[in-house]
Amino acid sequence: MQKLILLGDEAIAQGAIDAGISGIYAYPGTPSTEITEYVHASKEARKKNIKASWAANEKTAMEQALGMSYAGKRTMVCMKHVGLNVAADPFMNSAVTGANGGLIVVAADDPSMHSSQNEQDSRFYGKFAMIPILEPSNQQEAYDMVHYGFELSEKFRLPVMMRITTRLAHSRSGVTRVPSREQNEISLPSNLRQFVLLPAIARKQYKDLLKQQNPLATESEMSGNNIYLDNSDHKMGIIACGIAYNYLMENYEDRHVPYPVLKLTQYPLPRKQIEKMASECNEILVLEDGMPVVEEMLKGFLAQGIKIKGRLDGSIPRDGELNPNIVAVALGLSDSRGKNIPEIVVGRPPSLCRGCSHYDSYTALNEALEAYSKGRVFSDIGCYTLGALAPLEAINSCVDMGASIPMAKGAADAGLVPAIAVIGDSTFTHSGMTGLLDAIIENTPITVVILDNSTTGMTGGQPSAAYGRIPAICKGLGVAEEHIRILKPLKKYHAENVAIFKEEIEYQGISVIIPTRECIQTLGKRVKAGFKAKSIE
Amino acid sequence: MKNDIILAGVGGQGILSIATIIGSAAVKADLFVKQAEVHGMSQRGGDVQSHLRLSNREIASDLIPFGKADMIIAVEPMESLRYLPMLKPGGWLISNINPFINIPNYPPIETVIAEIEKFDCHIALDADKIATELGSPRSANMVILGAASPFIDIPYSELQDAIRAVFGRKGEEVVNMNLAALEKGREFTELNK
Ligand SMILES: Cc1ncc(C[n+]2csc(CCOP(=O)(O)OP(=O)(O)O)c2C)c(N)n1
Ligand code: SF4
Repeated sequence: MQKLILLGDEAIAQGAIDAGISGIYAYPGTPSTEITEYVHASKEARKKNIKASWAANEKTAMEQALGMSYAGKRTMVCMKHVGLNVAADPFMNSAVTGANGGLIVVAADDPSMHSSQNEQDSRFYGKFAMIPILEPSNQQEAYDMVHYGFELSEKFRLPVMMRITTRLAHSRSGVTRVPSREQNEISLPSNLRQFVLLPAIARKQYKDLLKQQNPLATESEMSGNNIYLDNSDHKMGIIACGIAYNYLMENYEDRHVPYPVLKLTQYPLPRKQIEKMASECNEILVLEDGMPVVEEMLKGFLAQGIKIKGRLDGSIPRDGELNPNIVAVALGLSDSRGKNIPEIVVGRPPSLCRGCSHYDSYTALNEALEAYSKGRVFSDIGCYTLGALAPLEAINSCVDMGASIPMAKGAADAGLVPAIAVIGDSTFTHSGMTGLLDAIIENTPITVVILDNSTTGMTGGQPSAAYGRIPAICKGLGVAEEHIRILKPLKKYHAENVAIFKEEIEYQGISVIIPTRECIQTLGKRVKAGFKAKSIE
Repeated sequence: MKNDIILAGVGGQGILSIATIIGSAAVKADLFVKQAEVHGMSQRGGDVQSHLRLSNREIASDLIPFGKADMIIAVEPMESLRYLPMLKPGGWLISNINPFINIPNYPPIETVIAEIEKFDCHIALDADKIATELGSPRSANMVILGAASPFIDIPYSELQDAIRAVFGRKGEEVVNMNLAALEKGREFTELNK
């Protein structure tokens, strides 16, 4: 079969196309974005009529996927780790409803926070929901495990989580395809109450989920995804989860590790294999990218019995992603670090593109706020978060998508008036609208600035669900029309814009200012492509 | 055979095109390839790097271990120094000397170049100047690739073919510009190494 060089994300996408999905749903988020982008761009997917949708947020993406699964078809939903917080409600409950058509939830974690607010480990969610987790160690496994994951999901009638980390998501390697499978026919659940989580039904379904746990552990032992390598030196046993296996192998030229190794790529934990290691070896070293999930499970609270080494006892740093050198040190091998970075080298933080509309919005806002004490601007996540850095230093918060407006309201409730919220267009429709409604109901004196650049900029310019709709949404939610102010963030309108900001900041009620100018990156791409219409697909 | 390469630059400078060209040439040459890229936040004008690994046998890690890289290929001089802990003793440092200054505290360029010149195994060239003289300022990254090409264990003709394949849909003129840039970079190294 055909061999392709694919990013881990792309291998998952190609796997999903070949395994017969009928739809993929996602909200962009690094490092998961390229999965859905790949399906979007795939001619094959289009020919097969595979639905590829950007959802308003991760929760609606998860729910659309659940609906497709209900109808009996295979589907995938993709998000970054923090996206799973947004989707947590449907995600947790989907374990209780179970799946009908195969359902894979891809959660892409970002240890070391290359592009994220935290480094939470999605395996906790998988364990919390009590569903199987697959954690491929390379691109080929990612591709193959999508096929297996759908079979697993349909066999146990449960959603399956696929957990990846940045380095797999954004690294390329060779992938060999297998023949593709037809899509499922539409077929509803045989029990039409399966998805009705009324307490009486939910209690029964939950017991079923509990009953599945042992068979799922047996499946982890038997599937061939968890491999026990019986090596002779029993001083130590090593459990290497997902991509950590590669870092282990990198440390042995001939790829022969002297100690027994359990390569772990499927959860729940394979009890028998772990018991075998515990009975044979003096201690166990756990290598996992992310948080000490497996280590904590093995250790328990009282930490009795066999010695477990990992992130909790300091054998491996408690935070940050793994790499071959960290693993080398944990193995007692020497660190090969080269020369130090010369002192003259300084940091180069990311910054707004030259000509970015956010820059002009912030200079106007900053000037309008000169009359007030500092620390009043609540913001959100997107390119515009870079406004926190010098020289703009325009914003004072960035917590989670949509937090800006409710935080401004809470601060105003506490007496911080004026308080400002600054939020991007895509973030606004992701989870800003409900917070705005809270403020509208009480006519809280806050000024909400919705930076409309017609795109989801930070993640590479995906279409924004907000496109062309923001004034109508604000009006529909109940903002007075005369306090919905649209302006063009350009240097030549600076004085006018400052005046508008000042007026609305002084107004003792809820107002919305919408600086509207396209992201220059997407504009550039459209110009190159001959001015394609900008719109949500 | 193994080439472990760190590509370094600033978001938007085209290090991923260099990676794509070496990567596709390596696949053509039947080598195993792994290439870890940086997407997301730092692409907005921040420092970016890519780990590119080529080998005639299966590669374990997507990341090159510290102190094991055979060479650093940088399209920006200060960025070339950021990854020195990755370079093996005696590894090559191939860098542009034309700075990309988008921060207020960029060090004096002479001090940066002096650091690069401390290495016995270094190639330092003004790729932007060479590309501009060719009439194609945007091909500076291909000049750098050309300068690195004598150290990469892939036949030069395969790199040329990869440029033809990757830039092909942009037309013959673009292909020829990039091939010329590659050649100029290679000449520089042949004369100066
Ligand atoms: C829950 C969650 N989902 C996704 C992301 C990833 N993410 C960060 S910013 C962003 C896009 C923001 O777009 P927009 O609000 O339009 O601002 P822009 O970047 O265009 O300025 C996304 C998708 C995240 N941080 N959290
Ligand atoms: S990508 Fe667009 S929104 Fe983001 S900084 Fe650049 S111009 Fe601004």
